[in-house]
Amino acid sequence: MNKPAMPNSFRTGPDEQGMFGIFGGRFVAETLMPLILDLERNWNEVKNDPDFKAELQNLSTHYAGRPSKLYFAEGLTRHLREVSSAKGLGGGAKVYFKREDLNHTGSHKINNCLGQILLAKRMGKKRIIAETGAGQHGVASATVAARFGYPCVVYMGATDVARQSPNVFRMKLLGAEVRPVTAGHGTLKDAMNEALRDWVTNVEDTYYLIGTAAGPHPYPELVRDFQSVIGTEARAQILEQEGRLPDTIIAAVGGGSNAIGLFHPFLDDKDVRIIGIEAGGRGLDGIEHCASMSAGKPGVLHGNRTYLLQNGDGQIMDGHSISAGLDYPGVGPEHSWLRDSGRVEYVPILDDEALEAFQLTTRVEGIIPALESAHAIAHAMKIVPSMDKDQIVIVNLSGRGDKDVHTVANMLGMEI
Amino acid sequence: MTTRIDRRMAKLKSEGRPALVTYIMGGDPDYDTALAIMKGLPVAGSDIIELGMPFSDPMADGPAIQAAGLRALKGGQTLARTLKMASEFRAGDDETPIVLMGYYNPIYIYGVDRFLADAKASGIDGLIVVDLPPEMDEELCIPALKAGVNFIRLATPTTDDKRLPKVLQNTSGFVYYVSMTGITGSALADTAKVSAAVTRIKGHTALPVCVGFGVKTAEQARVIGASADGVVVGTAIVNAVANVLGPRGEKTADPAEAVATLVSGLAQGVRSARLAAAE
Repeated sequence: MNKPAMPNSFRTGPDEQGMFGIFGGRFVAETLMPLILDLERNWNEVKNDPDFKAELQNLSTHYAGRPSKLYFAEGLTRHLREVSSAKGLGGGAKVYFKREDLNHTGSHKINNCLGQILLAKRMGKKRIIAETGAGQHGVASATVAARFGYPCVVYMGATDVARQSPNVFRMKLLGAEVRPVTAGHGTLKDAMNEALRDWVTNVEDTYYLIGTAAGPHPYPELVRDFQSVIGTEARAQILEQEGRLPDTIIAAVGGGSNAIGLFHPFLDDKDVRIIGIEAGGRGLDGIEHCASMSAGKPGVLHGNRTYLLQNGDGQIMDGHSISAGLDYPGVGPEHSWLRDSGRVEYVPILDDEALEAFQLTTRVEGIIPALESAHAIAHAMKIVPSMDKDQIVIVNLSGRGDKDVHTVANMLGMEI
Repeated sequence: MTTRIDRRMAKLKSEGRPALVTYIMGGDPDYDTALAIMKGLPVAGSDIIELGMPFSDPMADGPAIQAAGLRALKGGQTLARTLKMASEFRAGDDETPIVLMGYYNPIYIYGVDRFLADAKASGIDGLIVVDLPPEMDEELCIPALKAGVNFIRLATPTTDDKRLPKVLQNTSGFVYYVSMTGITGSALADTAKVSAAVTRIKGHTALPVCVGFGVKTAEQARVIGASADGVVVGTAIVNAVANVLGPRGEKTADPAEAVATLVSGLAQGVRSARLAAAE
């Protein structure tokens, strides 16, 4: 099959129907369709509204703590140069971390939540619902709901409730109601189904605050735009600190919001290599992974067409990842399009590799990364030693790993 | 071109009564039992059969139909087997319309053209695909209409007068009015509001309007049937199957008989709808 011709720009999507090539769209029940059209109208109004932008900017600065730092990870760079030398290569690129872990609530999720809560306020909604995997989006949603005085219900798979208990408690402290979902494997996919069922029932007053760059149009676009602050800042920061663009940028992809946020401002910088990291779980040979773009095929779920893990009958698989935030059998539609167009490479990282990166980063940098972000760091560990010393890699450190200590202790056979 | 649905609706109109539309999940709890249930439906008084295509992630369905879909999938049901069920039923009944109901992904993976050809050959008359609103008509609705298969659209309480023409545009067979904002199996909405909505939709179309979501008893079927052209019952039927299954899925009674008993009662309710309304 021929690849579609390279577009002049990779930054113009989606089209008016919400499509990125064949991906995206609005595959939802009729009950939700008027709500989605209403959201789109409001989104189109606010996205170029100076007052809206100013309010978001103000909150981003003083509440969330933006801009997040672009940090030269000297300890990791030194370590990987030693690895390079030991292999007789004598190289090792400079590694930078985009420090989204330093944001209020501890991850990039707050960027999107602040934007959407302002949208919900403008639309006169009275109640917030959200789905969450690792709980980072749930915490960020509960946080903005508390800040703006909304009741908030967070749907979370029962498996994730168990493995991310610190975040469950944080959400409860923030006043949110956490509803465990027992369907399926009790992970992010099932939480999203249940959130959609809530929305279809409470159409009048409820705003669905989707946490990733997926779902029906306009969610993939608006989540991307709220998260693009990551890449916009990183691009300006690296130009200031190094006087040039990076050679490679890397981010982990579950639904893909931190990744699209970092990638989007770089998409038309043709010399920047862009790599998205999928959860390889226990390996791509079996079914215990979440590498939808490496091992799945296009299908329709949760309002959009995208790469999905599914069987030959079109039934969606549950997948597996050590990281609850990556444990999703689909991916945002723009990533599917970027994959097929060849602009972005998507590669899997195994549970064990992520765990090793988690431990190494903690020891050589004094930074405990989220297991999601550890997948991106693990790939940097693979490619950096064979790069030159004057090359630059930016890794999106999308969140901090405090929430993961129980999971990691379990994996390492330790008791806390 | 008329379909079995058109002919059945015209016949019921001449008889002056609404249709009883019954939903069963294909392959629940297993292929043979589901086929036996299906064969019993017309005998018990069902006028149109909705045959559920199980899907792993049924976003618009409540716990009962979710569980039914999982039982069917666990029993090895696939879209191909659901089509086979329809054609086996059709071999003994060439009159009762069959409408496939479900979600788009299994059809998309099967292949739209191949699906329509096989559905047609299996005696399928119409499709209800929950996650294909008019905005996505190019995917399946237009090809289905070209293939001579009715595409039955859901209209909902959120579908206002401005949007209704768009929803009705490529709809054929009948319009399925969803009685409430919510998932299948929830409590029935205020029947006066439902009647008003049916009247509103009839102002926009000559197609029959059937009402579903929340209808569980013969009495409810009678009340809804007084104004609607048809009454859809799904969750109550699926529950009748679940109620005769033990904790390990073993049958404690005959599911086909349990469903037939329920449907007979519903049929009486529907058949008395207009008599009651005329009094």
